[in-house]
Amino acid sequence: MKKVIKILGTGCPKCLQTTNIVTDVVKNNNIDATIVKVEDIMEIMKYNILSTPAVVVDEVVVIKGRLPSKSELIDLLV
Amino acid sequence: MFDWVQHIADWIVYDILELSKESHLADALNFFLYDTTKILILLIIIIFLMGIINSYFPVDRVRNYLSRKKLYGFEYLSASLFGVVTPFCSCSSVPLFIGFVKGGIPLGVTFAFLITSPLVNEVAIGLFIGLFGLKTTLIYVTSGVILGTVSGAVLQKLKLERFLTPWVKDVLDNSEKELIAFKQEKQSFGKRLPIIWKEVLNIIKGILPYVIIGIAIGGLMHGYIPEGFFEAYMCKDNLFAVPAATILAVPMYSNASGILPIVQVLVAKGIPIGTAIAFMMAVVGLSLPEAMLLKKVMTFKLIGIFFGVVTLSIIISGYIFNLIL
Repeated sequence: MKKVIKILGTGCPKCLQTTNIVTDVVKNNNIDATIVKVEDIMEIMKYNILSTPAVVVDEVVVIKGRLPSKSELIDLLV
Repeated sequence: MFDWVQHIADWIVYDILELSKESHLADALNFFLYDTTKILILLIIIIFLMGIINSYFPVDRVRNYLSRKKLYGFEYLSASLFGVVTPFCSCSSVPLFIGFVKGGIPLGVTFAFLITSPLVNEVAIGLFIGLFGLKTTLIYVTSGVILGTVSGAVLQKLKLERFLTPWVKDVLDNSEKELIAFKQEKQSFGKRLPIIWKEVLNIIKGILPYVIIGIAIGGLMHGYIPEGFFEAYMCKDNLFAVPAATILAVPMYSNASGILPIVQVLVAKGIPIGTAIAFMMAVVGLSLPEAMLLKKVMTFKLIGIFFGVVTLSIIISGYIFNLIL
């Protein structure tokens, strides 16, 4: 099934880096997923997080407040 | 503890480069090599330790604690203390603010956290120990905590809820004490370490250019400005020095790590430490980018009051330091 990966962040450098890492991992591992960037603060707050960047996979918050590592993302997505 | 660094710096400057011990250039270069190495080591240690603490005390846990426990007036102090161990990125200030308010934490307590967290952070502590020594660092940290506690309590008294933006008021009205239970990431220490270490390197990489430039400028000033140069202009008796330094510093931010080494030299050359601490607190604690971000949740009036109260507290602590130190 196609996964939906959301990256929550108001546009800080770390959020940008997170998007790049996620995009890389998805591309290099042929993961079937759509990546959505969520920058609207009201939308972000619906996920009840306190620090950005955060990564949401199929509506579940998996990483918050820090940069994800590639291996960690592969574990989560594959 | 850092004698060996001094020996290496001496060896490079006087033996390898064969510079004369009396020259300004040698003096400046020696200072630069010694300070950069020492501060880098301290920064790595402090950021790493804070990373470990934070890995077990994430901000979600802090919120749960503050919203559930009855603390009988100590909530400002606890929020402020939590702010010390929680790293803070100004881009997280809005989600953090909303999250706290949503959890039913009073506005003043949220402010206490929001003031101390950026003020007493791992980078500032690392730089402080390296540049000013342990005693001044302890004074800085303690006053940062007191400042957050007092300002938070004062802001609570001002009943500022009416100055929040409308959508935040809605959030406030619908705040709930029973939050989604906090799930601790179940990871072994061994699994956490690489993640923490990566974060350390990330932070160091981000601030290193500023630190090096700051120390380089500091090194030059150290070698060329005569001792006591500033005493004439910024002596303790000059009542305007503290407010002027504080207000000048509020808009500065991204280069805080570069400013500290320069301030250290200014202190060595005669600027009173209270004036310097006030200046640094304003640099580290308040910034224009932060104000811009908070615009999403607060009206200009509230941001003004928030910054005003904190600035005033910083100025008062500056005077107190000049009196007692």
